[in-house]
Amino acid sequence: MIDIRNLDVVFGHGGGAHHAVRDFAMRIEPGQSYGLVGESGSGKTTVLRALAGLLDRVARVSGDMTVAQESLQGQRRSRHFRRRVQMVFQDPYGSLHPRHTVDTILGEPARVHRLDRIEDRVVQALEEVGLDASFRFRYPHQISGGQRQRVSVARALITEPEIVLLDEPTSALDVSVQAEVLNLLMRLKRDHGLTYVLVSHNLAVVAHMCEALSVMQNGSVVETLGVQQLRDHSPQMPYTRQLLTASLGYDRAAIDAFEEFA
Amino acid sequence: MSESPLLRVEDLHVSYNTPTGIVNAVSGVSFELGREKLGIVGESGSGKSQTGRAILGLTATGGRVRAKRLEFDGTDLLHADARTMREVRGGCISMIMQDPKYSLNPVMTIGSQIEEAFLVHRATSKADARQRTLDMLHAVKIRAPERVYRAYPHEVSGGMGQRIMIAMMMIPEPDIIIADEPTSALDVTVQLQVLAVLDDMLSERGMGLIFISHDLNLVASFCDRILVMYGGQVVEECAAADLDQATHPYTRGLLNCLPSLDGAREELPVLRRDPAWLSNSEASR
Repeated sequence: MIDIRNLDVVFGHGGGAHHAVRDFAMRIEPGQSYGLVGESGSGKTTVLRALAGLLDRVARVSGDMTVAQESLQGQRRSRHFRRRVQMVFQDPYGSLHPRHTVDTILGEPARVHRLDRIEDRVVQALEEVGLDASFRFRYPHQISGGQRQRVSVARALITEPEIVLLDEPTSALDVSVQAEVLNLLMRLKRDHGLTYVLVSHNLAVVAHMCEALSVMQNGSVVETLGVQQLRDHSPQMPYTRQLLTASLGYDRAAIDAFEEFA
Repeated sequence: MSESPLLRVEDLHVSYNTPTGIVNAVSGVSFELGREKLGIVGESGSGKSQTGRAILGLTATGGRVRAKRLEFDGTDLLHADARTMREVRGGCISMIMQDPKYSLNPVMTIGSQIEEAFLVHRATSKADARQRTLDMLHAVKIRAPERVYRAYPHEVSGGMGQRIMIAMMMIPEPDIIIADEPTSALDVTVQLQVLAVLDDMLSERGMGLIFISHDLNLVASFCDRILVMYGGQVVEECAAADLDQATHPYTRGLLNCLPSLDGAREELPVLRRDPAWLSNSEASR
């Protein structure tokens, strides 16, 4: 479904250039959920943005990307691509237009893609994410963080995508709300046969959601593993093992054994 | 704890007058703190940060704080005058905030900010303060103390910024540290390294810590004792090691709704909130 090879992303020029992603490769089967894990600055979000074509005139992107037999050229994306690939962002406060009602927010992708029955689609998308029609005429500031993230998910569903790119979809939410949103994402995936790419720093969320994952550090993939390896605590690479140890909680002795990976 | 507690909080209430009525952010919280690590956990809006701020008299204007008792080592914090509170803040109890980006002064060098914290509370020479600052930067495991001393906050990473905050709060040698989500903005490994620095300093100096966090696993593994807050009240108190045997449905709900690294569960149990969890203490208002 998604095949990325030799992806390189460089921000800036000359001495100030920052090589954010180096020789990145990833292969995702249809219907799979694939996790991209790493600490801040590891390049995981940049990969997602390069795939979505959001780095035009922002960075130099090179490499081969194919999505469902469509070979992607540079950062330009076809209308077809933009309809079948949608994205949900981390911050539900920043990713919804503060002066647009939920109705306008959800209707916009449908209008952009010149879809019919916009009103029906909006109501249906809201229903799918567990919000009733009374939310249509509210503004983002009138609803809670979890509800806002549901609206973001609904907006992604409007165009009936095949692939949804999820950039830390629950990291701004309380754990009880996170559980609701994760359950929602799992159900939508089952109902619509979606393919997910999930970027997260939270290994437990990835272990819960994904079948396979790549661990990134400093722009490169350190290790690609199946979720069972993660659940068995048996990753191969020292960096992944350290990340796993750190995710298990505070252990004074283990911390002294932490290494710097540069 | 056989010795008398450092801090006693009894029936603490924090309320705000808003255009839509009175909001009770904290209602009837009581606890004692000795030389131990006490974790306060809860979701956003549970009142955990408001509790920490009320202890230091940092409740926002418009907020009203009431308590039967709010006492540090015999000093009544509730009725203390501004001068006494200035001595208490930093000198006796200090607070580590969540985000070093917003909590450090951007136009002062790191060295002079830490020095200032020391000079306010100790009558000493500038040269002595400088030396103590460098020692403290060394103690929080900053590799090049001289360089960081002269640097500005924007020139250091998040992890280093939080170590600098710890250094600043530790240097007047307070008895209690209140840490409000001190490491939530950091990557996991850095987070644990910063906590290890804090942990070592606490045990060396025999200080008490109030650790405010939304992260149950972290609190359970880092602290000695845990208060679980919900809707401005403490709904459960237990030893950190016994958190997995917690009985309150809210605590159980929070524990259950966490995705786990080991298990494959199709569906995460969703927390069902029950209004009956909140004992009605409104009558005492």
